[in-house]
Amino acid sequence: MSKVIEGLYYSESHEYVRVEGEYGFIGITDYAQHALGNVVYVDMPEVDDEVTAGEEFGAVESVKAASDLISPVSGTVVEVNEALEDEPELLNKDAFGNWIIKVQLSDPAELDALMDAKAYESHCAE
Amino acid sequence: MNNKLYGNLIFELSKEGRKGYSLPKNNFGSYEIPASMQRAEEAQLPECDEMTVVRHYTNLSNNNFGVDTGFYPLGSWTMKYNPKINEEMAALPKFQCLHPEQPAATTKGALALVSLLERSLCELTGLAHFTFKPYAGAHGELTGLMTIDNYHRSCGDVRKKVIVPDSAHGTNPASAAVCGLEIVEVKSLADGTVDFDDLQRIVAEQGAEIAAMMMTNPNTLGLFETRIPEIAKLIHGCGGLMYYDGANLNPMLGACRPGDMGFDVMHINLHKTFSTPHGGGGPGAGPVGVREGLQEFFPFVSPYYGNFGVMMRAYAYILSLGREHVKEVGPLAVLNANYIKESLKDVYELPIDTICCHEFVFDGLKDKSTGVTTMDVAKRLLDYGYHAPTIYFPLLFHESLMIEPTENESKETLDAFIDVMRRIAEEARTNPDEVKSAPHTTPIGRVDDVLAAKKPITTYRQLKAEAQL
Amino acid sequence: MTYKYFPQTDADLQAMLQKAGVKDLDGLYAQIPESIRYRGDYNIPLEMSEQEVREVFAKLGSQNQELTCFAGFGVYDHYTPSVIPSLLQRSEFLTSYTPYQAEISQGTLHYIFEYQSMMTELTGMDISNASMYDGTTAAAEAMMMSVAAGKKANKVLVSAGMNPRTRQVLDTYALHQGIELVTLPLKDGVTSRENLEALLAEGGVAGVMVQQPNVYGIVEDFSGFADACHEKKALFIVDSVAADLAVLKTPGEWGADIAVGDGQSLGIPMLFGGPYVGYMCCTEKLIRKMPGRIVGMTKDSRDQRAFVLTLQAREQHIRRQKATSNICSNQSLMALFVTVYLSLLGKQGIKEAAQLSYAGAHYLCDELTKTGKFRLAYDKPFFNEFFVKYDGDVDALYQRFIDAGFLGGVKMDGGLLFAVTEKRTKEEIDNLVKIAAL
Repeated sequence: MSKVIEGLYYSESHEYVRVEGEYGFIGITDYAQHALGNVVYVDMPEVDDEVTAGEEFGAVESVKAASDLISPVSGTVVEVNEALEDEPELLNKDAFGNWIIKVQLSDPAELDALMDAKAYESHCAE
Repeated sequence: MNNKLYGNLIFELSKEGRKGYSLPKNNFGSYEIPASMQRAEEAQLPECDEMTVVRHYTNLSNNNFGVDTGFYPLGSWTMKYNPKINEEMAALPKFQCLHPEQPAATTKGALALVSLLERSLCELTGLAHFTFKPYAGAHGELTGLMTIDNYHRSCGDVRKKVIVPDSAHGTNPASAAVCGLEIVEVKSLADGTVDFDDLQRIVAEQGAEIAAMMMTNPNTLGLFETRIPEIAKLIHGCGGLMYYDGANLNPMLGACRPGDMGFDVMHINLHKTFSTPHGGGGPGAGPVGVREGLQEFFPFVSPYYGNFGVMMRAYAYILSLGREHVKEVGPLAVLNANYIKESLKDVYELPIDTICCHEFVFDGLKDKSTGVTTMDVAKRLLDYGYHAPTIYFPLLFHESLMIEPTENESKETLDAFIDVMRRIAEEARTNPDEVKSAPHTTPIGRVDDVLAAKKPITTYRQLKAEAQL
Repeated sequence: MTYKYFPQTDADLQAMLQKAGVKDLDGLYAQIPESIRYRGDYNIPLEMSEQEVREVFAKLGSQNQELTCFAGFGVYDHYTPSVIPSLLQRSEFLTSYTPYQAEISQGTLHYIFEYQSMMTELTGMDISNASMYDGTTAAAEAMMMSVAAGKKANKVLVSAGMNPRTRQVLDTYALHQGIELVTLPLKDGVTSRENLEALLAEGGVAGVMVQQPNVYGIVEDFSGFADACHEKKALFIVDSVAADLAVLKTPGEWGADIAVGDGQSLGIPMLFGGPYVGYMCCTEKLIRKMPGRIVGMTKDSRDQRAFVLTLQAREQHIRRQKATSNICSNQSLMALFVTVYLSLLGKQGIKEAAQLSYAGAHYLCDELTKTGKFRLAYDKPFFNEFFVKYDGDVDALYQRFIDAGFLGGVKMDGGLLFAVTEKRTKEEIDNLVKIAAL
């Protein structure tokens, strides 16, 4: 069974946001990394790029699949997880421990539209 | 095989000072290339004598499997026999020497060949004109869509949506995207044919925006879309055009013509239906045919007559078969496919049990308890001297195994293949590890895809740099 | 029913039809509505024996006129070493498909790896794909790649020094993609850096494409071009004739992000326009934006070095409409052609062949100029192709050449564009000049 963590916000396309103050750390869920298999590359935006809720900001590639990353929230990228450039497999090892981008949230109200852990769990079970 | 001895890269066989060429003498006096023009670092190409080069590539060829090697039932790719006479015709010096910018008065034979081939293809497809500019199937698809887009633009009509069945080849949506069009997926029924109700809904909702519908018929499961006349009527009714993906044209020779089915635009893969060799991935050719009146909308997608050498081979094939035998191609290909299907459906899962066209799809082994997957079956087939079928396509099933035998295979070949497929099903029960670790007899074993993709090493220079780390 | 390509005997047919559960071959199509069944007799020629096929082709061939070629314009008459056709006809190469099953396709995968290595050496770039259809479509793919990499920028500047045929293909793709193509004008026959900087300053430029040598055969100086592009976040794309890169400053040395062009000049017969092979190389940074197949090195389960198609997640069969391109194969056999050519000529041979072409072209140019009737349209350095103006009727001269068995260049802009390769002898050049001097 895939892991789900309390206290995070989840999207239907299997991204999560961990909120710390005005910042959101966006990554993919454990369920998503399972579905993808061995991750070989993470296509990330650059610092200062704008991301918009519901729109693509990058992609995660495995050998035989590629999945767009859809931002659950809007804001400005303030940091990208550079460790993933050399070790994309970190997403397989610990998806929740390895966020992909850190975003300064422009509209925290968007978080209300996302799922909590319980709702996400049943979303995955569907 | 001799992988150990001859598995070197040509760069690793290089020795300074050797040469594999001879050039005429320079009789022009001293014309020195100015240093300002020249590259600073010379290209690090190998230096080998002629026989070393010949032996190297001859041995590489021994690590390959082609149609001439053995049965190649790769579904969707129509790996038919590539006649030798075609190769000789394409190599004729009187054509090889033609510069494409030569005036027409000096290339009459080549131009005549173009128009003779065009006439034959029109007759075989029921369409009125062909352009030979597209270099490959995907290029033809793009050319066809551009033709459609040009047509709608000329009518002052903004139509940017293309209906594609969800079971279509991945190239269809990719070509539409390159053409600046948007995909609308129509659902498939359980038997893989188009869900007509869903199509009606799409047309009702978005009819004014529909540029075209793209279809293969028979579809990617090898099944004929029997409702094609109604589908064409529906699409034409909303002002859209019908596009025929010619990837599966082979079974239609002698049975049906796309033009008669209601299609307006199509491409033909000459390297499938018309026997030109696949060449390890190309060159092929993807001529595009249209109904009368659409030819003025052909786009300029390449400078000349596309892969002319491929067209020469296709024409030699058409002449060889002639009127009498071209119509036997489809029925024999269909018979071969049905024969295999019926002979194996008790041990392999056949999700749609009906008469198929030139190919059909199994959903893996019938007995799923062994843990042996379609990948394992495919790899085990290599041990027995067969090329694998197409695997994991179409995506409608989890364990797709798509088999297309072509009309050229004898009953003995098919029987032997059937025996081996049954033996593998048996091995899956009695000795699954043997199957899961296959292949065992090939020059190399299963490869590590993850290692290749994670840190790509794609050149000799990178390989050397990596070795020094 | 048996025919040389159909092995089914009557007895086979009966047994197989029975297994398939149908009465006759027609029964296999019972599901097709009768209204769309084809019941006619295709109006194509009757079956021909091999001898008859040969006769048809021989007759067609006799209607073509073989000319001694002094034309270029992107297609060059270089010599094909005998080794190449012989190896290309090895049916394990010729009759295989794309190397999906790596275990029985190491031959193809191995030579593609070598091809990629050689093309990066020639172009001075980091990465090469497994080849493309031809030079013009490779240029179109490079144009689209620059726009995809440039995120919001949608404009591509194209030098007026590009071959007009390439430009026409670019225009086609740009129209449907909604890419804005802007012509970068020439000054004195070469791409002007001032014009480049002015157009870049307007903003929104994703890529800048130039050709080397340009359509007039002039070897351009692209100093500062790459920096100017990169300052404005545009990619610099250089389109070159592959054989010329043996000696010319490389796209890599000019600072290009993408190098494209046609490999036909590496000994591939002209054959009325194809098949040829396009090449595309790029910097390491752009590898995942590159269209087409790529072969990479890996290991197999027995710990041996092996080659495999890699980075497939970019491709159409996985990404569908989000793929980097709709291309699903490469021009593999022609990539093998180029690989064997470069293996034979090697490090020294390609330079010597290039020097011969250079010498022949300059000799021809000198001799034509000496007649007093020709002058170089631009006083600029050229390699093996040059553009001259003629004092007289160009059409009549061109026809005189044809009548004497010469393809005397390509007519263009009221002048003639001549190309010379290592295949042209001094005698042929002298004879051409004699006719030109009449």
